[in-house]
Amino acid sequence: MDIKVNESTCTGCSLCKAVCLYDAIEIKDGKAIINDSCIFCGACVDTCKFDSIEITGLTEEKDFSDYSGVFVYIETHGGKIADVGPELVSEGRKLADDLGAKLSAVAVGNGMEKSAEIVFEYGADHLYLADDPVFENNIDDVYSKVLVQIISREKPEIFLAGATAFGRTLIPKVAAILKTGLTADCTGLAIDEEKKILLQTRPTFGGNILATIITRNARPQMATVRPHVMEKKKVKDIPPDIKDRITKIEVDQKKFKSKYKLLGTETEKGEKINITDYEVIVSGGRGLGGGEKFELLKELADALNGVVGASRAAVDSGWISYPHQVGQTGKTVNPKIYIACGISGAIQHLAGMQTSDIIIAINKDASAPIFKVANYGIVGDLFEVIPMLIKRIKEGKPLV
Amino acid sequence: MIKIKIAVCIKQVPGTTEIKIDPETNTLVRQGIENIVNPFDTYAVEEAVSLKERLEADESFGEEVEVAVISMGPPQAEEILKEAIAVGADKAILLSDRAFAGADTWATAATLSMALEKLGDVKLIIFGKQTLDGDTGQVGPELAHKMNIPFIGYVSAVEEISNKNIKVKRLAEENYEIIEVRMPAAISVGKDINNPRVPSLRGKMKAKKEEIPVWTVKELEADPEEVGLAGSYTQVVKIFTPRIVHDVKMIEGTPEEMVEELFGNLKELNVV
Amino acid sequence: MHYLLTEEQQMIVDICRQIVDEKVKPVRAELDESKEFPWDAIKEIARGDLFRLFIEEKYEGMGTGIFEVCLATEELSRGDLSVATSYAASGLGLIPINVGGSDDQKKRFLPQLASGEKLAAFGLTEAEAGSDAGSIRTTALRDGDHYIINGTKQWITNGGEADIYTIFAMTNPEKGARGASAIVVEKGTPGFEFGKQEDKLGIRASATRELIFTDCRVPAENLLGREGMGFLIAMKTFDESRPAVGAQAVGVAQGALEEALEYSKVRKQFGSTISSFQAIQHMLADMATSVEAARALVYHTARVIDSGAKDVSRLSAMSKTFASDIAMKVTTDAVQILAGYGYMKEYPVEKMMRDAKITQIYEGTNQIQRNVIALDLIKKGVI
Repeated sequence: MDIKVNESTCTGCSLCKAVCLYDAIEIKDGKAIINDSCIFCGACVDTCKFDSIEITGLTEEKDFSDYSGVFVYIETHGGKIADVGPELVSEGRKLADDLGAKLSAVAVGNGMEKSAEIVFEYGADHLYLADDPVFENNIDDVYSKVLVQIISREKPEIFLAGATAFGRTLIPKVAAILKTGLTADCTGLAIDEEKKILLQTRPTFGGNILATIITRNARPQMATVRPHVMEKKKVKDIPPDIKDRITKIEVDQKKFKSKYKLLGTETEKGEKINITDYEVIVSGGRGLGGGEKFELLKELADALNGVVGASRAAVDSGWISYPHQVGQTGKTVNPKIYIACGISGAIQHLAGMQTSDIIIAINKDASAPIFKVANYGIVGDLFEVIPMLIKRIKEGKPLV
Repeated sequence: MIKIKIAVCIKQVPGTTEIKIDPETNTLVRQGIENIVNPFDTYAVEEAVSLKERLEADESFGEEVEVAVISMGPPQAEEILKEAIAVGADKAILLSDRAFAGADTWATAATLSMALEKLGDVKLIIFGKQTLDGDTGQVGPELAHKMNIPFIGYVSAVEEISNKNIKVKRLAEENYEIIEVRMPAAISVGKDINNPRVPSLRGKMKAKKEEIPVWTVKELEADPEEVGLAGSYTQVVKIFTPRIVHDVKMIEGTPEEMVEELFGNLKELNVV
Repeated sequence: MHYLLTEEQQMIVDICRQIVDEKVKPVRAELDESKEFPWDAIKEIARGDLFRLFIEEKYEGMGTGIFEVCLATEELSRGDLSVATSYAASGLGLIPINVGGSDDQKKRFLPQLASGEKLAAFGLTEAEAGSDAGSIRTTALRDGDHYIINGTKQWITNGGEADIYTIFAMTNPEKGARGASAIVVEKGTPGFEFGKQEDKLGIRASATRELIFTDCRVPAENLLGREGMGFLIAMKTFDESRPAVGAQAVGVAQGALEEALEYSKVRKQFGSTISSFQAIQHMLADMATSVEAARALVYHTARVIDSGAKDVSRLSAMSKTFASDIAMKVTTDAVQILAGYGYMKEYPVEKMMRDAKITQIYEGTNQIQRNVIALDLIKKGVI
């Protein structure tokens, strides 16, 4: 494994040095030199206009022709199907079509047989059902065991799952047991036309940069996707021959004993709010200046049947509670309308809301990055604009 | 005197808020990015030190507890290990070798697990819930599998800890779960678990003098095929800046005119 | 500006700065309103080992000098003077034990103060005895192997929050100033109560209370030194603590200067930032020069004391007086530079101005300090 700079074609233009996030490139005597900090990410290889950088020594790819099909994991909670399931089926359908392969869904839980059939509406060809009381609670070791069994037997080339709180601990465990690669939080999935492998694109460094990743020498190619990032699309009604398309997994309860003792649950004190459920989010950031100021946003949100969101800065300052936080370390949302008030648009925030249908930004600073992703922008004082907007909505009288 | 170890795995990451995009070349410019300890790891170290204090204050516990901090990274990662010693970690180890470069989460987990096995007597391993640069949160569960121990993520409180079991409260999708497992075990923590302490003067002085051992492929007796890019199942093939193709419509005029126009837009979108 | 600090001294500054940025600045406005004692900040300061700066290594301290105490105090004052005062006052309360206590007494009291588990307080002032400390009327009369204390101390910093109190009382009232002694009284001793917390102009989160002694029996082993040594111990204590008050003043002035500077670079009037106006520039220049001069005097004094010099009263008084006087001016000027905004509680400088005033008053008013300086000058010449 090595990285080499072709000195005869290198012009010392230093574009590679500028993109190296790991400080691994220096320009000496007009030539690029790569040092030990290099992690082989390939950013410089891509950037070099003279094709002067090459990564060598990669081992040969094994033969995986016995792996075929796209599988998606359908997460359930207490018998209900999590939203991310249908989203994955829709995404999986696209990939399966590109590959000319079959799309199957795998649902694990208890008492969710009927609800799991929804996968057919979104385009699944087949459904594997592991429905048993032993799966009543979402516990890693029991779930990973059954998933590993199914995957080992069916050998899908691709396996997708939701990057939910449960998914983020369950799926790495499955990948580790199967000794295969896993890419988390993908925002883009595609099939490489030539090699017919899965191209897994995800944000890194807080969303500033996107990286495309492939799975080398291992199958299935596993990826997780955050809820609300992919769109779910109904393609057909539930087909009549559904019984032939469902495989029920036999569960020997004795073999599914967990190492974890779930002693109980606690609900979070105070409001139980899930901002991802709303079509309209009115979000506030540092520009609000204080907790009481969020009352203003609540008034607007209420008038629009929406909910209040917040940037990390606002939550960290104690102005509003964590369930309202939008961003890389908060919730990812994609409402119909996202109104960003006094939010500068730091990358970590954008990562959590840039897939909203319509983004409206109100900020005093014309150079705020939020305006780059907004559909509509107002450079102004939110304390002037918002009350006026609320009045306009409530009173119905034109202002001009 | 048996020493029970609590290990913390930490990572040095670029302070990402500094990253800017050069509008002309549309590439990233690292304007002297500072390296920092991954913020969640600070909470992991604090939890380890707090648990050590808790256990040592408990007369029925009876064994000495040692907090060991490990990091896999380039030589400058020594900085964050010293910071950990300054807040109360007893020892630190740096895993650094050219062969470790390019590791994905699996290879990282494999390398860390080798170091933890070599350390020995590790009862509890604590991770920050995700890193600023990778933020997959995968190394913890993968390492736990490699070491055949249970893993609990998103722990917001360690309710009880004895020399056999650990009972935690962790954040699930919509509520909290109380889970108990036998140790050895691994957990990951977020910012809600504690309030990291400031380094003490004696801690800083100890950190300054401390010579941190560096373990390479040799010390770990590692198979070079299992670490670094060679031991990875995934590989980054491309890095690019998101191309945001879109038009922003700036609404202009007096405040009344702007609000009126915005109202009109909202009406068209059927929100009012 | 600090220069030529050793690595260890720099560590002290760094730790204090981190505490100020993470634990003090976010809550200082709230504490000023609520008058709540800043326990969270004090706990961090304790964890940082900063209370050990007052104490010898033998008793679990760091064994460093007044210089290091000043470094910590200045840096904490830059953040909030209530926090710095609570820290420094604990030092003040324990210095008499350092100065006049036996090895046994030091072993008994100092380790817990070094770890910051417990705080100390200095109890001298009374309603009728401020500058005229010699007129104290609290008595501590011997009864077998106890002293019985009766009287009331007024405006004692850390009163009610501290566990260990160094009290100055008359063991021999008929001897006048020669009849005063220093004795350690612990919180919880029967007959020892606290008055309500005072409502002050500034350093509002610092606890200021009356100490009320009613037939309070204290073991004779708690007497520091011998009977009659009270004022000697007090004077020696002030010689060491005054530079730290100077450091407090330098710190609060520095904090105010920083706020004013930042603001002047951002605030625009008449088309430019106010930092481009000569009027403001001259004010900033004078403020910065005063702070630098005060800092130089304070740390020079600290070095002289740490070198073991015997005769430090004059220098000590000078450092406190000069620094506190400039602090009052600098903080007031900072409010002036922020003008209307400076007058609003939303901005931190009005609090700094209110806080700074006390540095001209406690640990000997600046008028008394001037007496000390003048008398010493006349007696010993310029030196």
